[in-house]
Amino acid sequence: MLRVIVRRLLQLAVTLIALSALIFVWLRNLPGGPIEALLGERATPERRALLVKALGYDQPILVQYAKFMQRVLTGDFGNSIRTGDPVAEVIGRAFPATIELALVAMIIAIGLGVPLGYLAARHHGRLLDNLSIAGTLLGISIPIFFLGYLLKDVFTQNIHWFPPSGRLSTGVDNTEVTGFFVLDGLLTREFDATADALWHLILPALTLATIPLAVIVRITRASVLDVLNEDYVRTAEAKGLRHRVIRGRHILRNALLPVVTIIGLQTGALLSGAVLTEKVYNWGGLGTLITDSISGGRDYPVLQALILLAALVFVVVNLLVDLSYAFIDPRVRVR
Amino acid sequence: MSLLDVRDLSVVFQRRGERPFTAVDKVSFSVEPGQTVGLVGESGCGKSVTSLAIMGLLPQRGNKVTGEVLFEGANLLELRPDDMRDRRGRDIGMIFQDPLSSLNPVIPIGVQVAEVLERHQGMDRRKALREARQLLDAVGIPDPERRLKEYPHQISGGMRQRALIAIALACKPRLLIADEPTTALDVTIQAQILTLLKQLVDETGTALIMITHDLGVVAGLCDTVNVLYGGKVVERAARHELFARPRHPYTHGLLNSVPRLDSVRGERLHAIRGSVADNIPWTEGCAFAPRCNYVVDACLEGAPPLEPTATGGDLRCNNPVPVEVTVP
Repeated sequence: MLRVIVRRLLQLAVTLIALSALIFVWLRNLPGGPIEALLGERATPERRALLVKALGYDQPILVQYAKFMQRVLTGDFGNSIRTGDPVAEVIGRAFPATIELALVAMIIAIGLGVPLGYLAARHHGRLLDNLSIAGTLLGISIPIFFLGYLLKDVFTQNIHWFPPSGRLSTGVDNTEVTGFFVLDGLLTREFDATADALWHLILPALTLATIPLAVIVRITRASVLDVLNEDYVRTAEAKGLRHRVIRGRHILRNALLPVVTIIGLQTGALLSGAVLTEKVYNWGGLGTLITDSISGGRDYPVLQALILLAALVFVVVNLLVDLSYAFIDPRVRVR
Repeated sequence: MSLLDVRDLSVVFQRRGERPFTAVDKVSFSVEPGQTVGLVGESGCGKSVTSLAIMGLLPQRGNKVTGEVLFEGANLLELRPDDMRDRRGRDIGMIFQDPLSSLNPVIPIGVQVAEVLERHQGMDRRKALREARQLLDAVGIPDPERRLKEYPHQISGGMRQRALIAIALACKPRLLIADEPTTALDVTIQAQILTLLKQLVDETGTALIMITHDLGVVAGLCDTVNVLYGGKVVERAARHELFARPRHPYTHGLLNSVPRLDSVRGERLHAIRGSVADNIPWTEGCAFAPRCNYVVDACLEGAPPLEPTATGGDLRCNNPVPVEVTVP
């Protein structure tokens, strides 16, 4: 088991190094850039040359990359070109907001998706099943930004159930400990802040959860249908076991393996979905940071770190998924 | 009173837009306490469907089950699903054909045995596991303590079937249904499993319904044999009677097609011509008629009724094999 983990971590390191080189070269070949953004279009060539030299962009790209990697290995991602703050600090502020949103979205997607998929399979070919197929098709096809604005319009403008944007109402006093507002409220016993944070989370999380939810319903349904035909389910029935035990121990445990895989792969969709969702709800997380860093003059240091972070999250989640197989299915356990 | 009395059991599969298919057609037989009864026939003759109908394990939709399945006088077909659930595993145990796919791959063997004890005997997990250890020991699994924690893929095919037998017999049911329990095993293991079954049935006094296509299994185990063809019982007889004087041409063909060690070298094996798929589509005639060597005109017009024979069995045939032919 340990060997598997070590091997996967080495693979992860190789992936990240290759990716960092790719991003580095790619970003610097995009039209526009920080020089134009900082100095404007009508800057004199002398001033431009000065800034290019100051930022080190006059050196060969290999040298730039080597210097970047050297600093990264010591944990220094440089400073944001836009604000001058250290990149780690800029990302550290936005990170908890996105993770909180993504976690709640995933809890909704799994919490609703697995039971719905199970029920659809159990009602195979009947009304509930057909509804689930139609519903999930809609859920997968509807664009996130459209759904986001639709929900926002209905639930914040027409009926005022939820706040339209932001993570907290103005005037709610919360003490930041971790940056996860729901958790902070619980830690500091400011439960009104927790409630308010949750209230703000519902619409964006629902928007972000739509696609993973639809995918999880479909995969669970298909997987449960497969398992229902297995001989061991018939054996469990022949033992006279209770529904609850057959469902949990014999059906779901076997059916969840493909679902867990999909949950890992959906992390990627979740990260890209967060960019759109955060824009709609003015969320102020990594998604907002990415769009701002691109449109606000190609903030190279921030973008590099952000994309690497996204890749890291994706790979780590999928590593955890692979490791969780071993707990679900003894046949993949490595000795 | 018989332990199990199956009366006119019929199972009709009906899918929307398809012609209904009668898999089991008015099958009747009974099982006395402690008796071993064989249901014999080739694939598709309805023997497995019969056993699933008795257990109430047929899919809830797409089929119609009629007739009576009286277990100690109570009609199992009329029980509420929850009451039937209480009886399965407690009053009637069942073993299936493929031991690997019949065990849950992600649950340790011990838990799979223990859970049936927890369900029906109200034991807690610890007590049930201790009992499971003894059960595994009783069905001849070596080192049961270690096997409790192992998973199905870690033990051999023979041991898996032994574990399934332990599960089926855990609550000391009065009836055990074994659906082709040795088909998926290799020959030496087959013999071991059959010996084990015979020994356990003798020890516990459990009645056994043995479902098989293998007449060798019947010869070693069964008191009474029901031969099924096309969803109907075509011949029923005591074991020695059936082997000595098979009267139905189908039974006769089955027995003749068993390879014999004392046959002349180079002699061709006997086969029953055609296949089950040759079932005639109408219900009036005898389903075996197209494959039968003894077919007469009457066979195509009306299905003969199941009638008692002089030797105490039952026979459904217009033109049975003459006794002098059947005596070897």
